[in-house]
Amino acid sequence: MGRIWKLGDNINTDLIIPGRYNVTTDHAQLAKYCLYEAYPEFSQQVKPGDIVLGGHNFGCGSSREHAPTSILANKVKVVIARSFARIFYRNAVNIGLPVLVCEEAVLNSEDGQELDVNLETGEIRNLTTGQTFQAEPLDPFVARIVAAGGIINYIEMEGTLR
Amino acid sequence: MGTLAEEIFSYKLGRPVHAGETVVVDVDHVMSHDTTTPLAIKAFAKLTGQKTGKVFDSKRSHIVFDHIIPAATIAAATLHREVRNFAKEQDISILQEGICHQVMPEKGFVVPGSVIVGADSHSCTYGAFGAFGTGMGSTDIGVAYATGRSWFRVPETINVNITGTLPAGVYAKDVSLEIVRHLGVDGANYRAIEYTGEVIENFSMSERMTFSNMAIEMGGKAGLIAADETTRAWLQGRTDQEYPLLRAVNPHYERVIEIDVTNLKPLVACPPDVNIVHPAEEVTNVKIDEVFLGTCTNGRLDDLEIAAGILAGRTISPDIRMVVIPASREIYLEAMRLGYLEIFSRAGASVGTPGCGPCIGRHFGVLAPGERAMTTMNRNFTGRMGDPTAEIYLGSPATVAATALTGYITDPRAILLEESRA
Repeated sequence: MGRIWKLGDNINTDLIIPGRYNVTTDHAQLAKYCLYEAYPEFSQQVKPGDIVLGGHNFGCGSSREHAPTSILANKVKVVIARSFARIFYRNAVNIGLPVLVCEEAVLNSEDGQELDVNLETGEIRNLTTGQTFQAEPLDPFVARIVAAGGIINYIEMEGTLR
Repeated sequence: MGTLAEEIFSYKLGRPVHAGETVVVDVDHVMSHDTTTPLAIKAFAKLTGQKTGKVFDSKRSHIVFDHIIPAATIAAATLHREVRNFAKEQDISILQEGICHQVMPEKGFVVPGSVIVGADSHSCTYGAFGAFGTGMGSTDIGVAYATGRSWFRVPETINVNITGTLPAGVYAKDVSLEIVRHLGVDGANYRAIEYTGEVIENFSMSERMTFSNMAIEMGGKAGLIAADETTRAWLQGRTDQEYPLLRAVNPHYERVIEIDVTNLKPLVACPPDVNIVHPAEEVTNVKIDEVFLGTCTNGRLDDLEIAAGILAGRTISPDIRMVVIPASREIYLEAMRLGYLEIFSRAGASVGTPGCGPCIGRHFGVLAPGERAMTTMNRNFTGRMGDPTAEIYLGSPATVAATALTGYITDPRAILLEESRA
């Protein structure tokens, strides 16, 4: 289970990691500056296992992989959103940051509440309210990459990209 | 048979494919830039086993230095050195002569019917050439460097059909903002946009690139325009490669949007999202601190020409700073020859070296707390150009030039009308 950090719609990559702070590949640096200006309390208080809830179009904007990397580097368990921008979603899947689409969970959960998420089944339980929700199933190809733990592992397992 | 996106993937794979299918494609070119290459190198090294791996084809792998060039900080310089070392090992020549999305076409790497992946979201710009260009993250690009391949879900397509006659003072950028106003910031998420209609057909390659560039601001995976004789003429002398002029054949579009530009006014996107669009004449009370003319959206020769036409013989408001950055060296040299750079400099602007400039808020025009910028950029996200309390407005080169003269957001028709009376 993890504490919910509930963010709004159109959380773009400049909010997640401003361009001034992503001139690095160092995970500790990226973790520190995740949502640094937009949600300072998040960057100061986020703990391993916490959960990010987003509205529509989470991760829109730049292709910078620093954005999902900065969230993963904070050991966030999963990002659940009403919808994801395409490049962010793909990047998250590639690097092994769990992402789920679940409109109901986002609409019926509040910042600071606790969620329990089963990443294998997509079952989401709000421990504060007792409500349960079911995330949308993954695209079959995406599911194979997720199961492998990212695109690099997937290619290593398959021997090639196919 | 299908949309332009389906036609391109069918051509690449040699069999008919349709929207919704997941396909693995041999890509024609792979691109990353100074900010996204370092993470791509990490993914590449993991996949190929550290130093031993070679890119799939060094002539079709491209690294462009444009995001912080010349390096503004020690951190940037250090990353640049790391990338240079990788490029040397891999026999990749680093391009340092402008913004990736301008330089890639100029070098002849973007031809109709090709599939190009870039580690930059505005890689959709290549759609202006009838190429399926799309942005991806560094890991996908590292995989593409290693394997020459990438996977795609063939997208559904939204057709934006643009008709009518553009009024004086209204440009491709204004039409692009009108489309974002219609579709919203995620209206084309996971989809291709296919631009058609007489306005597009009559547009130059530069104007078409403005359209395709803005596709990602609606979440678009690609912003496609069928190649034609205008495309062919532009590519003449830039490539010897043969290419097909593909177009949609009995397409099934998910949605069709009709836009008549005849009564369109100069538009401005207000912070913090690109779809908050108002006529420039309705936001003229907004005081501006900096104007920026440039970027992969509007840093081309015709953009500079429009602005130079407004600024010639004039000086900018003493309360404003103006930054002008041609999108590439080719454009810079031509603008110099035509006297545009002199016009900008005499007007009081800072003319910068080709690249992304202040668009990512790292150098050459960063904003202080509470400041406002009027720019030709594609994005007005909070904090993008500097302090998170600074605000970014988007408009055409004409609106930006007119604003530079007054210090407030200005409808360029006011200046153009004054000129025609004089």
